[in-house]
Amino acid sequence: MAEGERGKPAKYSAAGLLRRGLKGESWPRVWQEHELRTTYDAVIIGAGIHGLATAYYLAKNHGINRVAVVDKGYVGGGGSGRNTAIIRSNYLTPEGVAFYDRSLTLYNEMSAELNMNVMFSKRGHLTLAHSDAAMRTMNWRAEVNKLSGVDSSVIGPGEVKKLVPSLDTSLASRYPILGALHHPPGGTVRHDAVNWGYARAADALGVEIHQQTEVTDIFVAGGDGPQNKGTGGVVKGVRTTRGDITAPVVVNCTAGWSSLIADMAGVRLPVVTHPLQAAVTEPVRAFLPAVVVSGSLHVYVSQTARGELVFGAAVDPFATYSTAGSLEFAEGLASHVLQLMPGISNLRLLRQWAGLCDMTPDYSPIMGFTPVDGFICDVGWGTYGFKAGPVAGEQIAEAIASGKTPELIRNFALERFADGRLVGEKGAAAVGH
Amino acid sequence: MLLVPCPNCGPRDASDFKFGGESSSRPDPRTATPEQWRDYVHLKTNVAGNQKETWYCRGCRTYFSLHRDTVTNIFGAPQS
Repeated sequence: MAEGERGKPAKYSAAGLLRRGLKGESWPRVWQEHELRTTYDAVIIGAGIHGLATAYYLAKNHGINRVAVVDKGYVGGGGSGRNTAIIRSNYLTPEGVAFYDRSLTLYNEMSAELNMNVMFSKRGHLTLAHSDAAMRTMNWRAEVNKLSGVDSSVIGPGEVKKLVPSLDTSLASRYPILGALHHPPGGTVRHDAVNWGYARAADALGVEIHQQTEVTDIFVAGGDGPQNKGTGGVVKGVRTTRGDITAPVVVNCTAGWSSLIADMAGVRLPVVTHPLQAAVTEPVRAFLPAVVVSGSLHVYVSQTARGELVFGAAVDPFATYSTAGSLEFAEGLASHVLQLMPGISNLRLLRQWAGLCDMTPDYSPIMGFTPVDGFICDVGWGTYGFKAGPVAGEQIAEAIASGKTPELIRNFALERFADGRLVGEKGAAAVGH
Repeated sequence: MLLVPCPNCGPRDASDFKFGGESSSRPDPRTATPEQWRDYVHLKTNVAGNQKETWYCRGCRTYFSLHRDTVTNIFGAPQS
């Protein structure tokens, strides 16, 4: 099967769809299964968007394709398949804005780049303000965004009503809408398509994806901690449930379990794992033309192409690795979203779920080198990992290939906590997505 | 719903409490270096299993320590 060969994935096109439909041909597998080899140039732990994007850019931009992406579950089974698929770049700090805006650029080009329709819907993003303090933060964000060349502005309740007529903008509301930060380049993307697109493109470039392969230990030599792990050590490889692998580079692209993986190398992280719950309603006719976020009411909502409303909220208030949903969440969510849109009170929830979020003290991620040589982290993605997947992959790949921390992620290094140089994004990342 | 066993008020909904995070021992202020303080403030074990942690009860306004399994959310000291 010529089209399934390495470097030449079956090209997705309308003509191909028609031909295969008429001939009744099946499509080649999107990515291949492999025997686990004993040595690779790099092992990436976590087959989500971050891990797969890192593998893809390593192979594409730097020609490093003897790479294994290992995952204890399946492709996109963690946060990459559980998020609410919203992307934006209207952050609060200049370093945050520059970073997320690069990701938006990559998302803009992604469907053509990966030959996979990721269904990017650039529908605009509204962050509502219900208090003077929130309005001040919105103005602050708008100015930081404009200075960085990001399309973002503060609008009044009248314009909010024009953009999203279903919102209650009356002053009689318990939390009246005083204005909003309007960010036209924001929108939604089909997250599964991003996972599969990166997996397929990386596989075509020679990267091996190993699902159901759990890392149980990381080999480190020469460190100052127990078992010669920790600061000053050099990474040697990993132990998996399918055998040991020797590799000079091990990348931690996990979410939820990033502390446990880092601990295997003797590295402690400033991370606490909280679940974030989300829910989706039954499908209805399209009526919500933008992504709507309210930080004060702890809710964000968008409508999918199928017509379902997707809701997200703040992380659960205590740390846990459990992804059980709670009635408390559904009740709180319903009462909050009905403050914004009283008209949807008859809609029923179809389902709710939770994903694990690695929260850092400053609501910014941890990217780059660690005190263990060859052990690289792309973790601490809290509630904002999906929108950053492409740029994180691109930058981590560059760090691996060059051995130097790229400028765009310099401020997100693990050392910032020891140096006291935190990148405070709570004002733009705590609830609003 | 998580029921948190408050030593004064008995089991109550988690929404009646403020979660204070995992317990750790504070370095000696007379001898601690800036690095030790920053480690104490920021670095976490974030264990998947039994954890000693702090809670604050909004009912009786008391801070107290509890053991909880962070995977199953069952309260209680580790079985030895």
